[in-house]
Amino acid sequence: MTAFILRRSSQSIIVLFIMSLLVFSGVNLVGDPVEMLINPEADQAEVERVIKELGLDKPITEQYWYFLMNAFKGDLGTSFIFGEPALKLIVQRMPATIELALFSLFISLIFAIPLGIYAGLKPESKISKTIMAGSILGFSMPTFWVGILFIMFFAVYLGWLPSTGRGEIGSFLGVKSSLFTLDGLSHIFLPALNLALFKLSSVIRLTRAGTREIIHQDYIKFARAKGVAESRVINVHLLKNILIPIVTIIGLEFGSLIAFSTVTETVFAWPGMGKLIIDSIYNLDRPVIVAYLMIIVIFFVFLNLLVDILYTLLDPRVRIQGSN
Amino acid sequence: METILEIKNLKTHFFTKAGLIKAVDDISFKIKKGEIVGLVGESGSGKSITGFSIIGLIDAPGRIVSGSINFKNEPLLNASSNRMQSLRGNRLAMIFQDPMMTLNPVLRIDTQMIETIKAHDKNISNQEAFRRCRDTLGLVGISSPEERMKAYPHQFSGGMRQRVCIAIAMLNKPDLIIADEPTTALDVTIQGQVIYEMQELCKKTGTALLWITHDLAVVAGIASKICVMYAGRIVEQGSVDDIINKPMHPYTIGLIKSVPSQNKRGEPLHQIEGMVPSMLELPIGCAFHDRCTETIENCKIEKPIETNQSDSRVIRCFNFKDIRK
Repeated sequence: MTAFILRRSSQSIIVLFIMSLLVFSGVNLVGDPVEMLINPEADQAEVERVIKELGLDKPITEQYWYFLMNAFKGDLGTSFIFGEPALKLIVQRMPATIELALFSLFISLIFAIPLGIYAGLKPESKISKTIMAGSILGFSMPTFWVGILFIMFFAVYLGWLPSTGRGEIGSFLGVKSSLFTLDGLSHIFLPALNLALFKLSSVIRLTRAGTREIIHQDYIKFARAKGVAESRVINVHLLKNILIPIVTIIGLEFGSLIAFSTVTETVFAWPGMGKLIIDSIYNLDRPVIVAYLMIIVIFFVFLNLLVDILYTLLDPRVRIQGSN
Repeated sequence: METILEIKNLKTHFFTKAGLIKAVDDISFKIKKGEIVGLVGESGSGKSITGFSIIGLIDAPGRIVSGSINFKNEPLLNASSNRMQSLRGNRLAMIFQDPMMTLNPVLRIDTQMIETIKAHDKNISNQEAFRRCRDTLGLVGISSPEERMKAYPHQFSGGMRQRVCIAIAMLNKPDLIIADEPTTALDVTIQGQVIYEMQELCKKTGTALLWITHDLAVVAGIASKICVMYAGRIVEQGSVDDIINKPMHPYTIGLIKSVPSQNKRGEPLHQIEGMVPSMLELPIGCAFHDRCTETIENCKIEKPIETNQSDSRVIRCFNFKDIRK
């Protein structure tokens, strides 16, 4: 197992390196941050001073080299806008995004798995057909639009829940999160539901497909032939088998929840990483963009590793190469 | 001896989109306590459906249409699903054909065994259940059962897995085990061992066995009674001696002739002419008439009914008497 983790980590360094090359050159091809940063009425001397200050006068290869050297020291550059280390800016906003992603994952799982199993067990029933039709709707409605509808309905029309921002932050076992206060929960509910909708639909469909396949397997029939109660057949024999594909998808989707929560965060003014990256792209704040993308890559690599390890726990037939 | 299972005029039909399939169509037979009965037939003749009808696990679109199944004088067809669940795996057990597919791949052997005991005895302690499972595993010939209990199915070979399944079926010392081609997926050497072990176990515990197979040779070795099925009906049943040595029904005769060892060396193997008919379009009259060597006019018009030749001998054919001559 250790050998496996080490090998995967070294592979991910190569991935990171390639990614940094792509991102760095990509970001440097578009736009001119200097134009965005300084007063349009500034004179040429002023412009040149800023260019020099930001290190933009040097050839791009040299800039990349500096970036790489600093990255090894844990410094991903300083934001043009905030004048603070890009990494610090991102890390500050990370908890908000992670708690949003976790909570929306939680919402989608507690609904999607039971609904998907039901739809898989009784594919012909009206309720199942409604569930499946609903999941197509959840799939196809644009997130930002649903978000705005949520705000309209729950915040403006009914006035039940707040529409923007992160609520009061509580602390539990040293972990600070808005999930631990009632005010925080009321703030997180709408954006999390908005973000969960898409996952909900895909997990429902995946669970249903898995259920339909597994339920006809001989070992389910054999479990029934043993006189095992139907609840145990579903909750143990069936569930443990369908969890295998679900864990894979959830692992990957969790990465995308974090990476692409930008839309939801923008709609609900949620102070997370997603909002930061959108603002940074508007302002061509190159160091922040690059740092953000690097962190997302690390996230994906880490989640993939986690999924692989979870896999071996769920399915005894899967063994990680290099371990016994 | 006491009758364990009595099936009368059982009909299990499948209402598919393509049409009605009479998978089991009017069959009757009895199994006595401790008796081994062979149910023989080609693929698709309704043998397995008979087995699943008995334990009440017919999947949609199938349904038991009429008839009766009495298990220890209890009518099973009216039994509640709770009652059936408490009988399954407890008094009535089943072994499936493919041992590679029968055990849940993600659960350990001990989990899958212990739940069989716990499903029927809520008060038993985990240790006691574990001990019983381990001992039964040893009984079916698995070495170091204590360690093997902690293994997963994929760590066993096919033969070993089938032994585990047999052990699971034996766990609660049932009155009847339905064995659905339990040795078909196994090597010949393993086949012999498994058959021998099952025979011994049944003798020891007084468990009756319904052995479903397409292999006459296997069943001739262990059963005391044979039912031959063709296209959803039992065409002939009787004691092993009668069926093997004095078959009456043209189909049974054809089957016995088809066993390769019945052939002289170098001669082409015997085969029954024609194909098994599609269950969706069974011929009018006797389902076997267009493959039969003894067809008379009546066979093409009417379905033959069962006639008793003696206490144990039942046959479904218009023209069998002439065959015997």
